[in-house]
Parts: sequence; C-alpha cells; structure tokens
Amino acid sequence: MAHAEGQQHPISTYLWIWGLLFVLSTASYLVDFFHVQSYLRWSLIITFMLLKAGLIVAVFMHMMWERMALLYAIIVPPLLLLVFIAIGVLEGDNTFISRVIFFGAGG
Amino acid sequence: MTDAALTDTGEPTERPEGWQGIRADWGSDQRAFKNVPWGKAMMWIFLVSDTFIFSCFLISYMTVRTSTTVQWPIPSEVFALTIAGNSIPLILIAIMTFILISSSGTMAMAVNFGYRRDRLKTTVLILATAAFGASFVGMQAFEWTKLIHEGVRPWGNPFGAAQFGSSFFMITGFHGFHVSIGVIFLVLVARKVWRGDFDRNTRGFFTSRKGSYEVVEIMGLYWHFVDLVWVFIFAFFYLW
Repeated sequence: MAHAEGQQHPISTYLWIWGLLFVLSTASYLVDFFHVQSYLRWSLIITFMLLKAGLIVAVFMHMMWERMALLYAIIVPPLLLLVFIAIGVLEGDNTFISRVIFFGAGG
Repeated sequence: MTDAALTDTGEPTERPEGWQGIRADWGSDQRAFKNVPWGKAMMWIFLVSDTFIFSCFLISYMTVRTSTTVQWPIPSEVFALTIAGNSIPLILIAIMTFILISSSGTMAMAVNFGYRRDRLKTTVLILATAAFGASFVGMQAFEWTKLIHEGVRPWGNPFGAAQFGSSFFMITGFHGFHVSIGVIFLVLVARKVWRGDFDRNTRGFFTSRKGSYEVVEIMGLYWHFVDLVWVFIFAFFYLW
C-alpha cells in the first residue's frame, strides 16, 4: 500500500461501538420489558435513542473525522425538524380537543 | 470524460480547522467540501433529504397518535411473540434491531478493509451485511403477515385506533424498502470488489467512471443511515 487513503481507523474502534450499540439497544428493550412508565420511560427511550444515533453518525459514518464544513452542512438543516415537530404537536392537540368537544371522548 | 472530476481524496488540506474552516471552505471562491469525494458529498446530501422524508412519516404518526380519542394499541402486546408457551413482548423487534446493528458493524469493517485493499475480507463482510439485511427484511415480512392475519389494515385494526395500521405499514414499509434496495446494491458492490474493479480502475457500466474503494464507504453511508432510521422507528413506534 503506497499511502493511506480515505478513512483509516483501527478495527477495534468499530468493535467497541458495535458493543456499545448492543448494550444501548438491550437497555432500551429492558425499559419496555420491565414496564417503566411515564416520564422516566420517555426520557430513557430518548436518551438511549440519541446516544445510538450519535454513535452511528459520529463513528460508523465517520462524521467526527470530517471537516466542519461538511458536518455543519449535514447536521444543521435537520434541526428545522424541531419547528415541524412543534407544529405537529400543536396541530395534534388542537384536533384532539376539537374531537373531545364535538364528538365526545368515545370518539 | 476527464478523470479529474474532483474524486481525489489525497488533496492536502492546509486549511483552517474548526469554525475558521467553515468560513474558509464556504467562501465564494471555494469548493465547499474539501477532501471529500463528490460521490460522498452527494450521498450525504441525499441522506439529508431522506431524513426529511422519514421525519415527515414520524411526525405525521405523532400527529395522528396525539389527535385520536381512541386508545392507541399497545405495541408491546401487539408485537409480542409466543415462544415455548411464554408470551415475550417485542422479541422479534428486538432481534431485528440487533441484526441491523450487527449489519452496520460488519459494514463499517468492510469499509475499513476496503481502504486497506483486502479484497477477500471486504467482499465477505459486505456479503455478511447483505445477509443480515435480507434476514431483516424476511423478519419484517413475517411480522407483516402475522399482523395482517390478525386483522390489521391501513384503515383499521382490532386493537384500537385505526391510524395504527396506516402508520405501521407506511413507516415500516418505507424502511423495509430502503433495506431491500440496500441489499441489492450491497451485492453489486461486493461483486465489484471481488472482481477487483477498484484495483484495476474498471469503468462502471452505468456511470462510465473509474470506481475506487470510496464506493464502499459511500455504500456504507447509505447502509448506516438505514440502521439510523431504524433507531428512531424502534424508539418512537415500538417503545413509545
């Protein structure tokens, strides 16, 4: 091999992340298995989800080794989705309330 | 066609890092994505658009679920399987999750061995990834069959809110379609690696461009994205 090209990292890095993803998936499965409920459930699920997503994007997709110009071009636009989610929540709640008022709780 | 079409990764980057790098790389006289082959930048941009598509599905699902006055079916029970007389909640979904994560692991290693020009290991790992993907689709087909037999339809189901069926088929169907397409392309890339196309600079039959081992990494980006989407579907649809 003449020179190193592309993304070069030791295989052990990937094996570690693989293991971590297994642990996090097991943890989120156990949240359901042990019937953890309400805010604790939702915060645990979202925490594990974001950790898994972060590990996949950062290491498996090599984002942590890319230049900031690419990283920001890819990561920043999806933040707009937060606005979209907020609109969806408002719309959903509004529809729910209208249905309860006009059609009764039995729907 | 010239070969100087911005595919070199070996370009030295004596450029500012970090925040200064963003300003410098996005300057009006610059090519924005330094040290990244065009195919990889384009794949990333495609993935951003795909992110928005899947987000639209998940946000619509959130909206119909919050707006319905009927009890939402409990995923933990709907997706339970009876194994040896015991009903185990979500077990098939958990297995599918582990399979997809494993396929991501083998894909990441395939990319690595590709850059080391280890054709045998790269081919085997890509084929392993494809096999994991195919088994994932198979389990999804099993799950769909089971639910359809139980009477789940896009317009209603025996467990509760009618929107459950439409959300389920739309979201998992679109994801399964991505996995299926991914499996096909994985096999194609594995074939190219095995033949040594990327060592001999053989031109692709479709693009007539000389491939390189970057193709494996670009394929990997797509595959990891499919795994990434499943992380969100698993959290929001199956665990919520």
